[in-house]
Amino acid sequence: MTIYVARRLGQLVLAVVVTSVFVFVLLRLLPGDLASVIAGTEATPEQLAAIRTELGLDRPLVEQYGEWIGGMLHGNFGESPVNGTTVTGELGQKLTVSLPVVLGSTVLSVLVAVPLGIVAGSRHRKPDGVALSAFSQLGIALPSFWVGLMLIVVFVVHWQVFENAFPRGGWDEPGRAVSALVLPTITLALSQGAVLMRFVRSATLDVLHQEYIRTARAKGLTRTQALWRHGIRNASLPVVSILGVQIASLIAGVVVIERVFTLPGVGQMLVSDIRTRDLEKVQGTVLLVAVLVLVIGFAVDIVHRLIDPRLRVVA
Amino acid sequence: MKALWRTWPGRIGTVLVGVITVSALLSLVWTPYDTGKIIPADKWLPISWRHPFGTDGAGRDLLSLVIDGSRTTLFVAIASAAIAAVIGLALGTASAVAPRWLGEVLINVIDVLIALPVLILALILVAALEGSVWTVALAIGLGSGVVLARVVRGEASRVLTQDYILTARACGSSTWRTVWRHVVPNISSTVIVQLSLIAALAVLAEAALSFLGLTPLSTPSWGRMLENLQQTVTVHPGALVFPGLAVLTATLGFNLLGDGLRDAVDPRLRTRSAAPSPVFSAVLAPADPARTDRPTTGRARQR
Repeated sequence: MTIYVARRLGQLVLAVVVTSVFVFVLLRLLPGDLASVIAGTEATPEQLAAIRTELGLDRPLVEQYGEWIGGMLHGNFGESPVNGTTVTGELGQKLTVSLPVVLGSTVLSVLVAVPLGIVAGSRHRKPDGVALSAFSQLGIALPSFWVGLMLIVVFVVHWQVFENAFPRGGWDEPGRAVSALVLPTITLALSQGAVLMRFVRSATLDVLHQEYIRTARAKGLTRTQALWRHGIRNASLPVVSILGVQIASLIAGVVVIERVFTLPGVGQMLVSDIRTRDLEKVQGTVLLVAVLVLVIGFAVDIVHRLIDPRLRVVA
Repeated sequence: MKALWRTWPGRIGTVLVGVITVSALLSLVWTPYDTGKIIPADKWLPISWRHPFGTDGAGRDLLSLVIDGSRTTLFVAIASAAIAAVIGLALGTASAVAPRWLGEVLINVIDVLIALPVLILALILVAALEGSVWTVALAIGLGSGVVLARVVRGEASRVLTQDYILTARACGSSTWRTVWRHVVPNISSTVIVQLSLIAALAVLAEAALSFLGLTPLSTPSWGRMLENLQQTVTVHPGALVFPGLAVLTATLGFNLLGDGLRDAVDPRLRTRSAAPSPVFSAVLAPADPARTDRPTTGRARQR
């Protein structure tokens, strides 16, 4: 196990390095560079050159990369040359909005999707099972932002149950802040839960066809008992690995959801930075997201191993 | 084709994708109204025979806008699937056929790329290049292509152990020829199913990106329509219904088509539940490398 963790950790570090290089190189490919963004369209070539020197854009790429990574390792994610704010400070503040949504919808989607998925799987020929899986199929195909807009129409405009915008004071007004985050969390949980439910369903079905379930049934256990005692742990394996994937896609999904509900979160920041071509910040934010995703993948692998003793033996 | 029609998912999927295709082709020659023309007098008309979907705040016919948007959607769906197919087949077969060390390097690179969620990758590409329909297709194609590569590698490694590959080698077939003539045809059914699901994801991703305002204004798009209509959602919520349903039609269509195709090419799976494909989940975000190419470990172990 220790060896496995160490090896997997090595892989993680390697993946982070490759990702950072990838992000760095990709963002240097753009047609108009940062200097021309800052200087505006009417800058003289001399002004451009001066700004490039100031930002270090005229130095070799390797050197620039080294400096960027060095800063990242010291917790300095860079400073926006466009509006002078530091990425770290802004990111921290934005995370107080995005993180509750991501965590909340992860928990919510698991709580809803796992039981429903098991029901849909074990009753897959019955009307309710079919209805449940048709429902999840619809949930997968519906764009999350559209669902969000519809929820706004019903709950904010029509019934006025929830706040329509995140309060300016942020978490200084806890009641209003929570109220503003309820619908985004539900929206995200719905679209993620639909996908998750489908996986839970197929994992359950898969397990129900296994021979050990037949054996358990032959011993006299009821279907439910057999599924509960012998099936659940086996069925949880693919679901755990999907959960990692799900959390990662939640992080991407939050970008869109924040836009729908006009939440001042990380996603909104990323999109507006892309629009203003504030690449220094885009670079930092994207790398942070990617690292987060990689770390989640790492954690999922470890958990997977803990649940499934067979994998431990093979390694 | 007949087998595709035999199952309900296949049937519904074919019809829905058919509707989108017809609408996209139609938009090339005709739309009920001119989508570029602003008629202030006609703004926010309700649903009627003259305007089946109503009109927007500029008096434009929503049905015409939806028909126009289907062209972009279909284009992005097909282009992304094509790019994913090229990347997936090339990387996947290469990593299966190449010498061990090179294969390992390739698979590690693939795994890292898989770790970037497609939407994030698309955001980077849109930041780096101009946001055009091609950029969107490239991002989705690249993002799902690497996941497809994982699937292809798994399938190709399985095919490579078959006797007919050995026979082909013995007959003096070059590696290139073996792959092209014997491996690719044998994995093509799996790949086609995956491509259909990739197309569905591309529809959603394109809608999301244009909703975020990251695609050019000049391209008609459902996501863009929804973004415009969002500003007046409190007053005219009804206008949002049809563009949303359009996205639903396309996504559901490609998803069900994929399910139907899977059942058609592999009747063995029919009795079991249709297990969600690896691409389906992994394209949304990274997947664990150890499992993506073996979605059915449970069954494999059983044997």
